[in-house]
Amino acid sequence: MTDLIHLSADALAQKLAAKEVSAVEATQACLDRIGAVDGAINAFLHVNTDEALLVAAEVDKARADGDTLHPLAGVPIAVKDLIVTKGQPTTAGSRILEGWQSPYDATVVKKLRAARMPILGKTNLDEFAMGSSTEHSAFGPTRNPWDLDRIPGGSGGGSAAAVAAFEAPLALGTDTGGSIRQPGAVTGTVGVKPTYGGVSRYGAIAMASSLDQIGPVSRTVLDSALLHEVIGGHDPHDSTSLTDPVGALVEAARMGQVEGMRIGVIEELQGEGYQAGVLTRFHESLDLLRSAGAEIVEVSCPNFRYALEAYYLIMPSEASSNLAKYDGVRFGLRVVPDGAPTIERVMGATRAAGFGDEVKRRIILGTYALSAGYYDAYYGSAQKVRTLIQRDFAAAFEQADVLISPTAPTTAFKLGEKLDDPLAMYLNDVATIPANMAGVPGLSLPGGLADEDGLPVGIQLLAPARQDARLYRVGAVLEALLEETWGGPLLAKAPAILKIAGGK
Amino acid sequence: MAEINRDDVAHLARLAHIDMTDEELDRMAGELAVIVDSIKTVSEVAGDDVPATSHPIPLSNVFREDVVGETLSNEEALLGAPDNADGRFKVPAILDGE
Repeated sequence: MTDLIHLSADALAQKLAAKEVSAVEATQACLDRIGAVDGAINAFLHVNTDEALLVAAEVDKARADGDTLHPLAGVPIAVKDLIVTKGQPTTAGSRILEGWQSPYDATVVKKLRAARMPILGKTNLDEFAMGSSTEHSAFGPTRNPWDLDRIPGGSGGGSAAAVAAFEAPLALGTDTGGSIRQPGAVTGTVGVKPTYGGVSRYGAIAMASSLDQIGPVSRTVLDSALLHEVIGGHDPHDSTSLTDPVGALVEAARMGQVEGMRIGVIEELQGEGYQAGVLTRFHESLDLLRSAGAEIVEVSCPNFRYALEAYYLIMPSEASSNLAKYDGVRFGLRVVPDGAPTIERVMGATRAAGFGDEVKRRIILGTYALSAGYYDAYYGSAQKVRTLIQRDFAAAFEQADVLISPTAPTTAFKLGEKLDDPLAMYLNDVATIPANMAGVPGLSLPGGLADEDGLPVGIQLLAPARQDARLYRVGAVLEALLEETWGGPLLAKAPAILKIAGGK
Repeated sequence: MAEINRDDVAHLARLAHIDMTDEELDRMAGELAVIVDSIKTVSEVAGDDVPATSHPIPLSNVFREDVVGETLSNEEALLGAPDNADGRFKVPAILDGE
């Protein structure tokens, strides 16, 4: 039964449909795996054993009764702890929400329940999704299944590590500046940031509302497409939700065709600052795509070099506003100082005790950027840069159907290595941020292992807004070609994780 | 473009309602100075002719039907509150003194 945990979501769904395995067996296998390895990985902040098994048992009964089921019914999934769930705690990785339970489900969680996918639990993240390493979680870092001394990326390190360590075939993430794609890159897994508005944000605890997006995390391109179709579509609860239909994403992934497609290499997202082994694997991927009949073209996006600066003004500005709601009144922590304090002093003490350093830094930075006298120079200027980035994308997509770059400039770094240098930490997101600034979709898939450290490298694909299907179409081809050269999935090369045992 | 110093951080922390110790203010001021220094050139990139983008995919007039939809019950709304009384959120004193 240990093989059950290694199945892709698609393969597991087929076995479930054929009644070769039961949903209870599949769910129990994941729960057993969590019990065996999560003491070492710390991907989960909460394990939802009883409810997951109950949902699985209901699926098995429905199947036995001959009911029509969703293709993914009974396929277990993990949910990033930034997304609210009834019946389980939601912490956002923060002390300020420790022990809080949402009175409502996020729309994406409702959709998982409608498809009857057992929810295994809630995954670890940087506090309020602010970080690139999961080290800013108030509940301890998640460790990379490839090397337990290294970061799993962030903010969604928990979701990426959970699928990489075979604790779950699927997970949900959120991506504000790369928080799905960069963890995918450094853990050798797949992660997709859909077009802004393509998946409802209702029930995703807001960091930067004009950048945040929920998306799929998986081990294969097809599995992300399957999950994307479950969670996508219009939601009246989210006023930024697009009314477009989700699109034939699974069909695009199954078709996988690049012949005659123009794939644009972004001049500004390579070279200086990129690790040699990352670039070597990146160029190999370009060769493979060329061999499959794609035309590789060079495109220039000159304003991408300002994307990081503009992002670190827009994101903290929106975050400082969104996090004002943690005031010790309606939910979460309340700290009451000695004496007969006023609400103002209670707020100051509550937020001092409840927020970690990185959250405080971003709130202060955002408050600064929005201050009278600085607003135009900072926030206003950053919004103009956003327009320039959109124009760069528009020009690039006239020359290419899809764009390609490394997902992150380096492989996974050591835990603690960049914790005292916020700026160095921010540079991890240099290649992923432009997509959030422009609202376009992006996918990261494993591109191999860097020669110098044997750690996973991520390849990022970007498509025009609303053309998410192209990511799956190209991603599936590249994945198949790469797996042919490796003789199987990249995760088969992951070391220690298969042997680790530790309780949780 | 302005620099950011310890007094600025103390002022901003008050605005943001986050109590900070002296040690925290010192550290935060140093870190923020580096960050602000690295992002300050943003104001030199785009000219007056470039419009601002507030939202990546603009939508307008997003309305719903004017009918009662899903709402939380009073009990559900208060479920996560640190303190409540008589079906309402209970807060500490708003004003100083008696």
